[in-house]
This record gives sequence, structure tokens and C-alpha cells, in this order.
Amino acid sequence: MNVLLDYLPEFRDGFLGTLAITGSSALLALVLGILIAGFRVSPIPPLRVFGTAWVTILRNTPLTLLFLVAVFVVPQILVPGASPFVLATLALGFYTSSFVCEAVRSGINTVPLGQAEAARSIGMTFSQTLRLVVLPQATRTVLPPMSSIFIALTKNSAIAGAFSVTELFAHSKLLSDRGYDIAWIFLWIALAYLVITFSISGLFRLLERRMGVAR
Amino acid sequence: MSGASVLYDVPGPKAKVRNRVYSVIGSLAVLAVLAFVVMRLNDKGQFDPAKWNIFNYAGVRTSIRDGMLVTLQVFAVAAVLSLVLGVLLAVARLSDHKPVRWLATGFIELFRAVPLLITVYALWVILLSNREDFGLSGNQPQFWALVLGLTVYNGSVQAEVLRAGILSVPKGQSEAAYALGLSKTQVMMTVLIPQAVRAMMPTIISQLVVTLKDTSLGFVITYEELLYSARQMSTNIIVNGEDVYIPVIIVTGSLYVALCMALSALANWIERRGRQAKTGIGVAEAGEPVAATDAMEVGDAVPDAPAGEKTGKEN
Repeated sequence: MNVLLDYLPEFRDGFLGTLAITGSSALLALVLGILIAGFRVSPIPPLRVFGTAWVTILRNTPLTLLFLVAVFVVPQILVPGASPFVLATLALGFYTSSFVCEAVRSGINTVPLGQAEAARSIGMTFSQTLRLVVLPQATRTVLPPMSSIFIALTKNSAIAGAFSVTELFAHSKLLSDRGYDIAWIFLWIALAYLVITFSISGLFRLLERRMGVAR
Repeated sequence: MSGASVLYDVPGPKAKVRNRVYSVIGSLAVLAVLAFVVMRLNDKGQFDPAKWNIFNYAGVRTSIRDGMLVTLQVFAVAAVLSLVLGVLLAVARLSDHKPVRWLATGFIELFRAVPLLITVYALWVILLSNREDFGLSGNQPQFWALVLGLTVYNGSVQAEVLRAGILSVPKGQSEAAYALGLSKTQVMMTVLIPQAVRAMMPTIISQLVVTLKDTSLGFVITYEELLYSARQMSTNIIVNGEDVYIPVIIVTGSLYVALCMALSALANWIERRGRQAKTGIGVAEAGEPVAATDAMEVGDAVPDAPAGEKTGKEN
């Protein structure tokens, strides 16, 4: 019980760390995911193939392995000496982007055919159709799966703690190494994650209500 | 291709030319990125034959094989246990007795909300510090922490999948069964669960893919599964004064991708077969509706059994 009160700063740091890593990788995943979804529905075959390969490989690789790749392979390709936070963001963001891509793509598929046809008939190009007509409508369908993806992302961010990023798991490990009762630590950490995940689903429910599109 | 044609017309002569130009630019861009990665790795000497030669040694092969076997072993035990737990929890959540319902709901919500890594770690610490009481030795604490962690988490998810499946069975079925005089247990066991399992098979298998991927969390609690032995190998083997991380990561990564894709392919095959069969039972999509995305809110995250166009469709 006392472990929370005694180590309040640690818990706070861990909580903020989890928020930071979740936020930054969510942003990366969103940008990459939408881009790759655009590739996957584009009329250009090489890009479609690239998008499919991207999704297939990233979805079927354990996240832990991606973390290893980020820590040991990425520094060889790009600048060496990137901070663990940046590398973890890359691993989490790339992994999650494949799920975002699939959600966006299925959202695009739910937009009625007539909408895209109408857009084309008034002379819009592919990217205009996608940007001005289809994606804004797809957004609404995509929101519920997106909320689940970000909740999963929050939980996956725990793995970053095992790769020396300061967040909740790293701190729980630290405290249990100091001999505190794991059951209490576990419960407090669980509560912290519940707070984050409930906020995410609440936020998305709000968004859903705001962005309603009459169909 | 399904969604592609929605967004653009059949290309005419002009668009064909334009698309071809974009195709060339697109492929060049993709190739350029790949070439950059390969060149950088080559510059660092990662494609040095000596580094790849390690896979010719019996020791390396044995540790990859052992790691693979351990991974599959953990996966097999955890898969069976999580499915059993899933059925039990699903039935308990639909029980007529309030306390049973609450208990099951609480269990499911708690373990779905906590990152699996933290569950596994907590179990490991508990098992390790009480190993005498449980009569565990060697690396059994790691094994059971990993298996139990995977079981409680995936069992909770599978329970929600099965519950959605049970709820999707038309009401007339259970009414008819009750009318024949079957007991509640009989209705559940002989009418509802078989149909729920059938309808949800693709989703269940997709969740098993997640279970398979998550066995790699054993790495964090130093259990000798595939990823951990890969890590051990890459730090222990030194070629030309350098570790062999990259070749080992490439090889083990392909193994994982191959295993998971085989399971996903099975899910897709069952989905297709299920759609063709004329049993009147809708089959859920093989995507990863609950799996990857598994959410907190029970009601809307779980696919409504024969899921419509809601979640990622594979092709």
C-alpha cells in the first residue's frame, strides 16, 4: 500500500513517461499509417505492393523483435547514438502504423461508391477525391477501431520499459527489485493504465459524437 | 484490389501513361530506400560472408532449433489453456448468477487492461520468490510465468470473442433447445458453444497469432525462447571483433514472420471455407478485430459475430 505514497515521484515519472512514449509513437503511427493506406488504395502497382508488404511484415513480427531491430539495426543505418526514447518511438510507431493502415483502408471501403464516383465526375483527381471526399467520411468509421488501436499501443508501450525507456514498467521493475510487494505495485500500475486507456476511449467517444456524418 | 476501384476509373490512355510514369517513380523511390538500407548495412560490414557463415555451425543451428521448439512449446500450452479459460469465462459472463457474472467481468477487464508484459513480470517475481512453495526448479518459474500470463490475457480476449459468438446465435435456437427439454448446461454445450466456435474460428485463430507473437515477451524475463536465444547468440558470437546482431535478427525475424503468416493463412482459409458452407452460420472476418485492437469497452469493440464491414478485411 505504502509503495505508492513512498515513491510518488517515481510513479509520476513513469506515468508521464508512458504518456510521452504513447503520444509520440501514436503520432508517428498515424502519419505513417495514413500514408501507407494511401499507397494501398492507389492506382500505382509498385506502391500497392510496397504497402501490402509493409503491413504483412510488420503485423507478423513480434514487437519485442522490432525493438531489437530498433536498438541494434537502426543505429547502423541512420545516425548512431539516437536516444532509447527515439528508437522505441520508431519501433512502436512502425508496428502500430500497420494496424492504423488497415483500419483506414477498411474505413475507405465503407464510403459509398457513389461518393467517389460523384467526385470523379466533377473532375477531381485521385488525391483530391481521397483528401476532400473519401477520407473525411472514412474518419468517422475509422474512429472506433482507431481507439482500440491506441489502447493497444498504450499497453504495448510497456515493452519500451524493458529497453531502458523511462515509463511505468521500468519503474515497477525498479521498485520490485528494491523488494516491494509486487502485488501492490501491480495493482497501482494496472490502475495507472486504466486511467490512460479510459481517457483514450472517452476522448474517442467525444470525437465520434462531434464528427458524426449523416449517411 | 477490392477498395481500389472505388477511388479511380478504369484508366484511359492518358491516365495509363501517367500511371506508368508514377509507377516508375514509385518503384525507384522504394528501391532507393531499400538500396540505401542495404548499402549502409554493407558499409558496416554486415554482409560479410564470415558473419553469415555462423549459420553453418551446428551449435548455432541447434540453438535456433531449440529456441524455436521452446517457443512452440510455450505457444502450444498457452493456446490450449487460454482457449479453455476463454470458454469458462465466456460461460461465466453469461451466467444467471450475479456474483459469477461480476467475477468473470472483473477478471476479464483487469487482465485486458494491464499490459501483458507487466502481468508476466509480476507472475515471474511471484513465482520466483515462492519457488520452494510451488516446487519449481530450473527455469520453470519463467515458463509458468510466461504461460500463465499469456493464458490469463488471451483467455480474457478469447472469452469476449466467444461471448460475441454465443450472442450471435439466433435466439430461436436456444428457445427450441429449451422447448425440447434440454437443461441450461446442455443448451450451452451442445447448441450455443459449437456454433459460437464455428462462427468465431477466424477471430480465434487471429488471436492465437497474437499469442504466438507474444511468446517473445519471454525475452524480457530471460526465458530461453527463440528471441532470447537469438539475443544470446548475437552477443556471444564474435566475428572479426564484432557481434552478429544483424544476421541473427534477420534470420529469426523471418522465422517469426513465417510462423505467424502460416497461422494467419489458416485463419483466412477457414474464413473462406466457412463462407462457402451453407450452414447458415455467419463466419467472422479473419482480420484482427479484437486481437490487435482489443479494446476496453466490451460492447462495441467486440465484433458483432458475423462482422460486417467494420474491421480490416484481408485479401
